[in-house]
Order: sequence, then C-alpha cells, then structure tokens
Amino acid sequence: MTRFQTAFAANRPALVCFITAGDGDTAANLDALVEGGADVIELGMPFTDPMADGPAIQAANLRSLGAGTKTADVLRMATDFRERHPTIPLVLMGYANPMVRRGPEWFADAAASAGVDGVICVDLAPEEDIDLGPALRAKGISPIRLATPTTDAARLPTVLDGSSGFLYYVSVAGITGKQEAALESIEENVARIRQSTDLPIVVGFGVRRPDQAEAIARVADGVVVGSAFVDLIGEHGNHAPQFLKELTTSLANAVHGARK
Amino acid sequence: MTEQKPNSFRNQPDERGHFGQFGGRYVAETLMPLILDLEREYTAAKKDPAFKAEFDDLLAHYVGRPSPMYFAPRLTEELGGAQVWFKRDELNHTGAHKINNCVGQILLAIRMGKTRIIAETGAGQHGVATATVCARFGLPCTIFMGATDVARQAPNVFRMKLLGAEVVPVTSGAATLKDAMNEALRHWVANVHDTFYIIGTAAGPHPYPELVRDFQSVIGKEAREQLLERTGRLPDLLVAAIGGGSNAIGLFHPFLDDADVKMLGVEAAGHGLDKQHAASLAGGFPGILHGNKTYLLQDEDGQIAEAHSISAGLDYPGIGPEHAWLKETGRVEYTSITDMEALEGFKLLCRTEGIIPALEPSHAIAAVAKVAPTMPKDAIICANLCGRGDKDIFTVAEALGVEM
Repeated sequence: MTRFQTAFAANRPALVCFITAGDGDTAANLDALVEGGADVIELGMPFTDPMADGPAIQAANLRSLGAGTKTADVLRMATDFRERHPTIPLVLMGYANPMVRRGPEWFADAAASAGVDGVICVDLAPEEDIDLGPALRAKGISPIRLATPTTDAARLPTVLDGSSGFLYYVSVAGITGKQEAALESIEENVARIRQSTDLPIVVGFGVRRPDQAEAIARVADGVVVGSAFVDLIGEHGNHAPQFLKELTTSLANAVHGARK
Repeated sequence: MTEQKPNSFRNQPDERGHFGQFGGRYVAETLMPLILDLEREYTAAKKDPAFKAEFDDLLAHYVGRPSPMYFAPRLTEELGGAQVWFKRDELNHTGAHKINNCVGQILLAIRMGKTRIIAETGAGQHGVATATVCARFGLPCTIFMGATDVARQAPNVFRMKLLGAEVVPVTSGAATLKDAMNEALRHWVANVHDTFYIIGTAAGPHPYPELVRDFQSVIGKEAREQLLERTGRLPDLLVAAIGGGSNAIGLFHPFLDDADVKMLGVEAAGHGLDKQHAASLAGGFPGILHGNKTYLLQDEDGQIAEAHSISAGLDYPGIGPEHAWLKETGRVEYTSITDMEALEGFKLLCRTEGIIPALEPSHAIAAVAKVAPTMPKDAIICANLCGRGDKDIFTVAEALGVEM
C-alpha cells in the first residue's frame, strides 16, 4: 500500500492540510498539523507570482521568500518531515517555474529523495504534462491534478489521464481562500467525477471552518484546508503551532466523524 | 496573404500552441476550457470573411490605417549611412500600435458572447486602447494596473476613466505590470463565464501569442506593400523595440520568409545588462510564467526578477514566445539599448524629424543610430515608430533634470 492508499482507506474521509514552506517555523507548524490529526500534508513551494492564490497565500509566499527561502530549503523541510513522520503522505504544491528550473528530472529526483509522495503543479495543464509528469512518474511520485467547476465531461478524461494519488476538486471557479462553494454543486460534481475515476476525490478552495469541512466530508474522500492555517501563521508567527493544532483538531474531528 | 512554404518561418505555432519549445498553455485548470473555447472561436473567425471585413473596416475608419511609411531625410543624413524609414504607427487613434490588437480581440469577445472586458496595463497604453474599444462597443471594462504605475502614469489613468473604464490599482508584489497581469488572471479565473481578457502583448497562453501577432501583422503587411511601392524593393533591415514584443512581431512576421530581410529586435537594457534591466533574451533563461514558456528574468530557483526600464511599456521580465523561438532559430537578431541610450534616441528624433516618439520606439531609434552608419547609403532600414511620446514627456523631463 502506498501512503496515499493508507490515508484514504475505507470509509474515513481525510483531512488534507496546506501551509507554505518557509513561512514561520515550518517544522513546528507541520508537527502541529500532524498532532492535530492531519491525514495528508500539502507543503506549498513559495513563488514570486502565485497567480491562482488569494491574498492569504500570496502573503505567505511573500513572507517565505522575504525570509530567504530557497528551493533547497523546501526540499530539506520535506526530508526532515519524512524522517519525523514516516507514514503521512507529503505533497509538494506550487507553480511550474520553480519546479522545472533545473530540469524535471532534477526536481523529480530531489523530491523522491526527500520522501515526497505527490506533486500538484497549479499552472501545468495536462496538455503540457511532458514538462514534468514523465519525470515524476519515473520516480514513483504521483502527479496530482486539479478538476474545477469548468472541467466538463468532455475534458475530464484529459485531466484524469496520467494523474494518480488523488484528484483535487477545486470547488469554486476562483482563487484560493475566497468564496465558499454551494454544497449542492460540490455534491453534484463529486458524484459526476466519481463515475470516471477510482481515485480518491478531495475538495478544496474556500474551506475554512469545521462545519463546512464536515458537510463536504460527507460526500468527498477528503477536504483541503489551506488559507485558514496560513492566516494563523501570518497572525501568530512563531507562536502559530498551538493555534494550528487547535484548528486542525476541530477540523479533523469534524471530517473524521462526518459519516458516523 | 503570402503563400506558405514548407520550410516557412511563418507557420508557427503548432496545433498545441508551441513555437519550437516555447509557448504552450500553462494555466490553472479553471481557465483551460475557456482557452480551448477561444482557440476554437479564433480558428472559426479567421475563416469568416465577415470577421475580417469588420476588422479591416474598423482599422481603416476608426484607427486610421494604413499608417504612413515615412522616409526620414535629416536623420538619414545625420547618421550618414543607410536610408531610415519609419512605419508611423504612432499616428493611430490612441497614439500607439496597441489599438490594432484591441480591435481584433473585442470583436472576438463579442463573437463569443462575453459581456465584460478585463485587461492589464503597465504604462497605460494598452489600458487606454482597451478602454477605447470598450467605449466604442459599449462593454464594461476593468483595467488592472500596478499601484506604482497608477501613481506615475496619472494622465493615462485619467484617460481610462474618461473612457468609462474602472481602474483597479494592484498592490501585490512590486505593484507593476507583472503583478497587474497576475491580478487580471486571478480576476478572470473567478469570472470566466462572462469575461473576456484582452491581453496586451503577443504573450500569454495559446492562442493569445498567435492571435495578437495576427492582429498586429497589419503593420508588417502594410510596410511590405508600402516599401515595395515606394522603393521598388524589400528593406535590408527591420528594427523594432520589444517588451512583450507585439509591435515587433507585427512588423517582422510578414517578412519572415524574405530571406534577404534582416531583423533586429531591441530589448530594454535599463540601467545596464549587469544591473537592473528588462532584457529577457539577453539576460534571462527559458521558464514558465503567465501561461507560456519563454525567456524570463529569474534566479537559479525560478523566482521571477523585477524588471526595470525607463519605458514602462518595456518594463516586463518576459517576452512573447515567438521571439524566444526566432532568437533560437537565429532568424531574428536581438540587441539591447539602455535607458540613457534610449533618451538620446528620443532627443535625436525630436531634433532631426520633428517627431516626439514614445520611449519604447526610442529604443529602436537608438539601435538604428548605431547600425545605420555601418551600412551603405543605398541600404534601407525600416523601424517601427510604435507609439507617440506625449505620455512620456514627464518621465523624460525628470530624466533630463528639467522641472516642468
């Protein structure tokens, strides 16, 4: 079993937690998320031009880069995380340019050595998969794709082809952390996508509160929360871990108990 | 149309939007279906005589085309070498070449049933051109502009507002053109159902680089006919300034298969190539940003650098993908001109020809001033005078230490 298969086992929805690498004390923040009950970690690679992100994660990117975070630092944080947490799936999420800068093989090799399980590249359309996908797959790393409300039935197979780990359903046509999607539309779209894939379907964008997370977890295999954590780090800096753990605990209880 | 040869430089991009290794469609999934729709619609529009007729009619009677082809006698005499000719796109309605593209894109937007227009702008020229066509067609228009640029380009901000556009100051990042483009993309992702994004240069995800080039190619088509008629032959050298590269590709493209016509693209070297500048080809590396793969100013981790040029229209850390490809194939030569050299070019044209150029083509003029003296007197250079200088007089005054 891969770490993903374990995390998405049986009838228990997973809590997927995102923070930006190099924003605050990343190791302590990640530990807090795991202690609070996170099932999957998405570690954001900072980028100067985060085009798909709202104000919260944009600010996190700037804080991280302002603190001098380099790609090598992100990979070291991933390596250290893997040593401390051997079973939690770790996903690197970010934009194409920092990932392909030294060549896709270099990145895939470095990510694999760091114990990374999956990569989400926000601005790499499936049509441009060759820039990263083959290198990741050769190293056993799952390219995780996004499906959105605009991904219609005709296009869905293109998105699914070559993706693995899980499918990330972006619940709103928009950027991270802003609007909240109607539950009805999420339910409908998840059901529609489920007819085309056996991959676990996680839902994200605009999910901040336990009640939202619980409602989504009734219909999806996982729920992603990002901006809410990133806001806590922005607010509390190095004192963020205790707040992250509190929020994760309440979210995890809501998500894990959603189908009971 | 010139007939396409099998080994043509003019049959790019491929069906996936690639110019060699450059170009492509690097956007968030939310935008992909829309980008594919746009491609389908543009393919259909190209074959539709009614679309072409409306475009041509607006260019003739609203924009004021064809723009003149002007022989510059005193500049030629002063430089003492090749004959210098200018394609006068600064005489277009709104004062720059940007309007050619905006007319084409708004017709596409209407064709696609979109009811709102957004655009990014740096100096404000593309913003003004977009606001202009939106007023002409009665569509609401939102322009994203870096807060830094809003402050230093106040006259253009006022023009856009007069034309009915909403101007949104963007405060993220360095608050300049790159950040305005990020914000326009964010807004577009959240409003894909009714919104058309009029991109201002021959860059962005496919099919933008192709369609912007096609709309701007009116410059080169006219220039080719005008020079043949006036001089009886093709020019020896074409020169154009490059930020994203839309005026340059518009001039170059119709000549790409004329093997004897050399071409020179002029990037902005800012304070110097060893300092802060905007010369992506000279000082950058291939990478992925704003929907396409192209040369970018970036560090070893792929973080995008802040560009600098005295010309706000050239102040961008990337370049259109077709230029990246033309550089790699060697078909077009690229050079760069510093802020100081551009100011000299600006003054030179004012003094010799009574034309106040924008700072963007001042870079092309400075390059002409370097190369013309090395060429024989019967050689012909055609440079694109892509914008007029009214908008830049405050910047130039400041650079020259003149109080206004």
